[in-house]
Amino acid sequence: MTAFCGLQLAHPVVNGSGTFDAIAARRAFGPALDGAFPFAAYVSKTITLEPREGNPPPRLYETPGGMINSIGLPNKGLAGYLEHDLPELARLPVPLITNVMGSTADEVVRLVEAVDARREIAAIELNVSCPNVKTGLDLGADPAELGALVRAVRPRTAKPLIVKLTPNTADVALVAQAAEDAGADAVSLINTLRAFAPHPDGSGAPWLGGGTGGMSGPAVRAVALAQVAAVARRVALPVIGMGGVASGRHARQFLDAGATLVAVGTESFRDPAAGARIARELGAESANSGNR
Amino acid sequence: MSEPDGRQVAPFGRRPVTLTERREHGAYVVLVAPDPHGPAPQPGQFYMLAAAERWGGGPDERPFLPRAFSVQRADAAGLHFMLEDVGPGTGRLCELGPGDELWLTGPLGTGFSGPGDGRRAILCGGGVGTAPLAILQDDLRARGVPAAALLGFRDAAHAAGAELLHGARVATDDGSVGHHGLVTDLLRDELEAGGAAVVYSCGPPPMLEAVRALCAELGVEAQLALEAGMACGFGACFGCVVPVRGGGYLRVCVDGPVVDAGRLETALVAGAGH
Repeated sequence: MTAFCGLQLAHPVVNGSGTFDAIAARRAFGPALDGAFPFAAYVSKTITLEPREGNPPPRLYETPGGMINSIGLPNKGLAGYLEHDLPELARLPVPLITNVMGSTADEVVRLVEAVDARREIAAIELNVSCPNVKTGLDLGADPAELGALVRAVRPRTAKPLIVKLTPNTADVALVAQAAEDAGADAVSLINTLRAFAPHPDGSGAPWLGGGTGGMSGPAVRAVALAQVAAVARRVALPVIGMGGVASGRHARQFLDAGATLVAVGTESFRDPAAGARIARELGAESANSGNR
Repeated sequence: MSEPDGRQVAPFGRRPVTLTERREHGAYVVLVAPDPHGPAPQPGQFYMLAAAERWGGGPDERPFLPRAFSVQRADAAGLHFMLEDVGPGTGRLCELGPGDELWLTGPLGTGFSGPGDGRRAILCGGGVGTAPLAILQDDLRARGVPAAALLGFRDAAHAAGAELLHGARVATDDGSVGHHGLVTDLLRDELEAGGAAVVYSCGPPPMLEAVRALCAELGVEAQLALEAGMACGFGACFGCVVPVRGGGYLRVCVDGPVVDAGRLETALVAGAGH
């Protein structure tokens, strides 16, 4: 068992937010999904106050050893999530972590209060890769902004509060420190790296409907490992490490860098059951750790 | 289990299969692999495929993600897939031969449905979009449903793909085989010949859009098998969206690939780019 913020998890592998839609996966794979659920906790995609359709296509671009996405956080909005998705997600055999995002502290407070009221939800993750509508700065890119946000939210919930850090900042460890000082219970990183996909027609125009996108997959793993290590050295909080994890060996590298849990994202696109495989491989790695 | 929307549920996760056959039909390659641990697919469903070896390391160090393919036939020999080498993913798959391993996930998505009410079927498509019409024709023939097949291709090398169906009428862009013109010319003739029909279509976006528009004009039901670039195939990535009439998007992988044409304002959507 792995302890994380008071939760007892069967193993240290969870999903990255927005990389595994458990409700759609049930349509594709049927009820067998629940019996073989690949993650020790399930992190929802990002929920916003109002429904979002997401960005116009194209939304995907394949890169060497990875991909760029410009999905645009499509979701049913808070009310739609609570009414339609939560009852289905509550039937999953693992604890549920709900990821929320707002563009002001007031919006985030409203989201957190609504999520806090639902006992089906074990923990809350804040997506702070959103521009502040007043300053234009990403909420999670600036230690002072992030600290103010977490201080506003912290008193509104007793549930574990995880801050999902953006790698698109000058010093991610400083931001993590601000989250810790403001009362966060954990941090998760890395979110995707901002990236540009040139149109294949050679015009220099963006390929993605959203203009720029976020890069993920094995190509970002070395960057993620450096950021996870920097954060783990700086703060005492538990860390969920992610970025290009495709095997138990990669998961071990994140744990060695100081992570408590490891999240799998892009690899689930290639192998829907990747989370379970990686947890198995990690168990075998740990059993042989005397020989490392 | 088979659901009302023509969806056969897939085993969870990807599984290895071994190719037993590779055939060429002009510009196309057909790969065949027995899938002893998978259920029989519904016509119109698709699989995510990746080569087990050297998936990556091609042009631009790609491919990385698996690629989506409608199943072209499912019989005693196994699952048949029809490919054209148009990019690093299809290029790598087209290199494979008997004994090579694939990673496979599926069957995924919705299949074609009906007609169950005495209407005849018209199969109309082209290019690699021929694939799901072949398995649909097998199914309709087994059920005794009359089905005309109309296929459009660029040129003679591609028109060899028509061999995958029985008795197809062919149109080519360059006139080298069959009707010199669009497959929708043949479709209009077929629809105006009379008799209630359901049109089943799969092909490049401009062709699908022409089929959609013609069926809308003549008030004929049409089921379109869509294609879109996708990372996962099971609803996780939200990458394969197509705009729907009235606003919003559907995910081709879980809400399609087969959709009722009436749901779309246009079928002219960004293609797959394999």
